[in-house]
Amino acid sequence: MEEELKKTASKVRKDIILMSLRAKSAHTGGALSCVEILVSLYFKVMKVFPEDPYNAKRDRLVFSKAHDAKALYAVLCERGFFDRKILEGYEVDGGFLPGHSTRHCAPGVEVSAGSLGHGLPMAAGMAYVGKKDRKSFKVFAVLSDGECDEGSTWEAILFSGHHRLDNLIAIVDYNKLQGFGYIKDILDLEPLKDKWSAFGWEVRDVDGHNIADLIKNLSKVPFKKGKPSVIIAHTIKGFKGVPKHVNQISSQYKPPSEEEAMKVIKNLDRE
Amino acid sequence: MRTAFINTLYKIAKRDKRVMFVAADLGYSVVERFMQDLPSQYLNIGISEQNMAGVAAGMTTEGKIPVIYSIVPFATMRNFEQIRNDICYQNLNVKIVGVGAGFSYGPYAHTHHGLEDIGILRTLANLVILCPGDPIEVGLATREALSHVGPVYLRLGKAGEPNIHKNKPRFKIGKGIVLQEGKDVTVFGTSNLLQRAQEVSVKLKDKGVSVRLVSMHTIKPIDVDLIIDSVKKTRAIFTVEEHSIIGGLGSAVAEVIAESGIRTKFKRIGVPDRFTKVIGLQEYMRKANGLGVEQIINTILTTLNS
Repeated sequence: MEEELKKTASKVRKDIILMSLRAKSAHTGGALSCVEILVSLYFKVMKVFPEDPYNAKRDRLVFSKAHDAKALYAVLCERGFFDRKILEGYEVDGGFLPGHSTRHCAPGVEVSAGSLGHGLPMAAGMAYVGKKDRKSFKVFAVLSDGECDEGSTWEAILFSGHHRLDNLIAIVDYNKLQGFGYIKDILDLEPLKDKWSAFGWEVRDVDGHNIADLIKNLSKVPFKKGKPSVIIAHTIKGFKGVPKHVNQISSQYKPPSEEEAMKVIKNLDRE
Repeated sequence: MRTAFINTLYKIAKRDKRVMFVAADLGYSVVERFMQDLPSQYLNIGISEQNMAGVAAGMTTEGKIPVIYSIVPFATMRNFEQIRNDICYQNLNVKIVGVGAGFSYGPYAHTHHGLEDIGILRTLANLVILCPGDPIEVGLATREALSHVGPVYLRLGKAGEPNIHKNKPRFKIGKGIVLQEGKDVTVFGTSNLLQRAQEVSVKLKDKGVSVRLVSMHTIKPIDVDLIIDSVKKTRAIFTVEEHSIIGGLGSAVAEVIAESGIRTKFKRIGVPDRFTKVIGLQEYMRKANGLGVEQIINTILTTLNS
């Protein structure tokens, strides 16, 4: 299973690189850092219905770090939510897939996001209703580390802890880089685990590129009854992408050249 | 207006369990009955207006009809981007209620004045903007807002506003209500200054000026037909509002008139483009901004005779 999912992750990375090449788009590094998170969720952890994408029983995923939508689109496509052809419309004139994922732009995309700090409040609203109406679905929210700068994120963290939303699971893609530098140099989030914990969440640190570890932890949610769960997923920005951009802010901005893309794809094919 | 709103909402919520009243830690002596009788439909979300708008959006995708509530600037400005992205962009069925239009909270100073809300919100696609002019209209507007599927902003005064209508009028989103026919000038009043528009029209009658008085309770979509009709039927058009002169009812009406190609006399009467330096109760603040009865009458007569 894990071997298979690793292959899926490689396929997703290839699609991300190709989308980035085609649209000459930015935001490739953060897409590459959350691949294993999304693959684990959509292929193993979450209850999803690709043929009936908005089935009421589905688990919800709020992709708050919507600037990295390439990863979401590639995973949804790989999981069978829509045809590969749609991926060709990423960030191109008249295409279906906006740079920031938008509600129902393609089957399976739950909410519009893009401005940082908007996803967790919406996810909390869904979870609040789910809990209140005794629904069995879970709500997953994938956050960037950068958006933990936003006050609205912390409003939602406070709210979810207070209301004991144990059907809500946040995953922070902690690749340690934000827009213009390393997080520790710009606005340090540490101790990040303690902060979430102090706000009433049950926290786990996980290697965000280790699918087995992600699945093991994500399958145990809620970590504690009556508490929302958060996974601090330690990742590397630009992981397995163009080598010179790995763990560099350039991975946020620079699309690959044709030659670089082909090299990366060749390497991924060997995996 | 607050009371008319909450009483109507209470009745609707009792029948429709999808309705959720979500307040940002406000509502003392207003929402207690709702709280006690319908606890599962009430949520005090804390002083976190950005979260309130986002949570409401999430509730809507799960089938609820959230009504979010705070004082005008906090309900519309602190969380403007959440209203834009989470509610309007996704065209979700959230009702945004701002209490304390204009100078309702006069002595509290500018942080609590509601003077720019219509201007900023008018730029948002999908949003309906309702500014009822008296408690009767508030009740009707609340009903219309809740039955409309999509985002609505409902702008309320505070407490103790008198009824202007004698009977329940026909209230339809996007259709102004003619309270009184007249042939010389048209006065469009809105929100908590409808009352002032009425006072002014009574006094103008004594001075021999016949006024067509309109309650423009919907600012978006604006009633284009009624504006054009008034331009054709009367000699001058005036808008009266407790909102910045920029962006509110006056601007909306001006846009329609300018694009109609019909020549007419026109004057926006509202709060000048400045932060008022004095503080005081609502009427004091109105007078400090040229919105006293006599001041408005003078403005109208001067424009008419110019």
